[in-house]
Amino acid sequence: MTVAVWEAMRRRPLRFALSAWPLRSWAFLLSGTVLGFVVLLLFAALLLVGVGLSVVGIGLVILMASAVFGVPVAALERRRLRLVEPDHLLDPHGSLPGTGALPWLRTRLRERATWRELAYTLILGVVFTATGIGFIALLGLSVILAATPVIVWAIAPDTVMLVPGQPISDPVAALPGSATGLFGLLVSAYAGGLLAGAQVRIAQFLLSARDEDLSSRVIELTRSRARLVDAFEAERRRIERDLHDGAQQQLVALTMTLGLAELELRGQDSTAAPLIARARTEARQALGQLRSLVRGIHPQVLTDHGLPAAVAELALRNPIPVTVDIDLPDRLPSAVEATAYFTVTEALTNASKHSGADEVAVVGGLTDDKLVLLITDNGHGGADPAAGAGLQGLADRVAILKGRLIVTSPVGGPTQLRVEVPCSA
Amino acid sequence: MLRVVLAEDAVLLRAGLVELLSRTGHEVTAAVGDAEELARAVDADRPDVVITDVRMPPGFRDEGLKAALELRGRYPGLPVLVLSQYVATAYATQLLSGGSSAEGGLGYLLKDRVGEVADFLDALDRVACGQTVIDPEVVRVLLQQRTADEPLQRLTPREREVLALMAEGLNNQAVAQRLTITEASVVKHSSNIFMKLELDPAEGNRRVLAVLAHLRRETPPS
Repeated sequence: MTVAVWEAMRRRPLRFALSAWPLRSWAFLLSGTVLGFVVLLLFAALLLVGVGLSVVGIGLVILMASAVFGVPVAALERRRLRLVEPDHLLDPHGSLPGTGALPWLRTRLRERATWRELAYTLILGVVFTATGIGFIALLGLSVILAATPVIVWAIAPDTVMLVPGQPISDPVAALPGSATGLFGLLVSAYAGGLLAGAQVRIAQFLLSARDEDLSSRVIELTRSRARLVDAFEAERRRIERDLHDGAQQQLVALTMTLGLAELELRGQDSTAAPLIARARTEARQALGQLRSLVRGIHPQVLTDHGLPAAVAELALRNPIPVTVDIDLPDRLPSAVEATAYFTVTEALTNASKHSGADEVAVVGGLTDDKLVLLITDNGHGGADPAAGAGLQGLADRVAILKGRLIVTSPVGGPTQLRVEVPCSA
Repeated sequence: MLRVVLAEDAVLLRAGLVELLSRTGHEVTAAVGDAEELARAVDADRPDVVITDVRMPPGFRDEGLKAALELRGRYPGLPVLVLSQYVATAYATQLLSGGSSAEGGLGYLLKDRVGEVADFLDALDRVACGQTVIDPEVVRVLLQQRTADEPLQRLTPREREVLALMAEGLNNQAVAQRLTITEASVVKHSSNIFMKLELDPAEGNRRVLAVLAHLRRETPPS
């Protein structure tokens, strides 16, 4: 990791003093000093209260809270760092599995980053504040010295003494002091740059994400992806149920009302009768469409009767004949069932659309606690998993459940899809 | 006039069905919203026929269907008409294989059918009389399949039409009317169907058996 302010100083040492860098460094150091001081006070107060109340019990909670005190400070510091550092630091913390204060505290206390941030907070409060005060003294003195002629002019006829016993009588006599002040400012520019750079370095070392944080994040990513799949599945079911309980029922009620109206009009010579009949037909068509839509979202028969029955229903609807032989001792986890079902759906669609096959066989069973499905067609082969989004999407979906999809499709056929999904996961 | 116990959790639909049934001269002794209430109502009212939805609270799975099968276990021969939103044959199979041992009508109708008031009432009557009625749409899906070594393959198109109408619960005369052929040729067709499907005439109601044979095949038991 580079430090931008140091780089700027190294590349163009002379122009550095006239660039915006010194001002940015000073702003960074000044704000850091104030913040460090406040943080130090707060932290000391927390500790004191915590220790003082530890006999009561609540004090222990406060002490725990002071252990994670570095977390918000570090978050603030990562933002404040942007004053002098264009490269943003990655937040080393993982996202949280649950909400609420207690799970948050538990997770954070387990993370090493939390303790690094606490160390940084202490350094900020003690070292940065101390050096910052020293630097402010230098900067302040330089500014005052540089401004002596103005001060002398402003407070006349009172006199100003830079060196004890030698009063300065007029602004012109104060010019040497002014020169010293300007030199001090020049020194402050470089010293500020160096000091700010050093603080950036320390922040980079303690506040950024390390490999160890990232590797735990990969595991978390995998988990969150699996959670996402579950969430999608739950959402599908919710939509299916909403449609079923809402729109479908309403449409059925509508057809029924129309049917009753027809019944009332029977025998009467009314022009409304054919209109009502038409409305009923249209409502029925809408129902039919809605039904196939709902089935595509999540078939109820999969929920109620499991994978073999659901695939058998699929086979009934498929334009080319499908033989199904799926033998399972028990129901599978619902995520596995859903993935397997949609894989078969997609495979059958592909076979019917692209393969030129006139027969498809779906064979499935449980081997070593792993669902193995073979979908074979007698078509002309040549299916390329890399070419179509469909097969790739299937492979992705299966991979989320730590399963795999193997496609063998030599030119001339046959095409076979082998799906393996572990059921214990 | 039939005394009906109705189980349907969608309020709108339940009210509509009650209205439809009472307007057409039937008596709804109880209209309930879940499977438990259904069982209680049947125990109390001993209706002529039960109409139930498949999916009902609390699980919103096949509680209604299961409750109907249980009731048929308790009251053999109790006619049950199941209304369903699903064309899935697994449900029809579940119903028929659970209830075919006992006497008494069974029906599996899609809810859409309720709109065809006359057809719906006709189906209800036939179920109450002990016949089996399966929704034409379900039958159509079953007959659509074209598996290679399928006994069904051996049926001629006309024979399939006859089978489909039989599945709907029509008798020979009604089938003849629908297809505008003579009753004698319906008899001829149906004996061909029974022969091709290798159904034993001694096994009771062959019409139901013919339909069952197809519903059961391919669809694994639940």
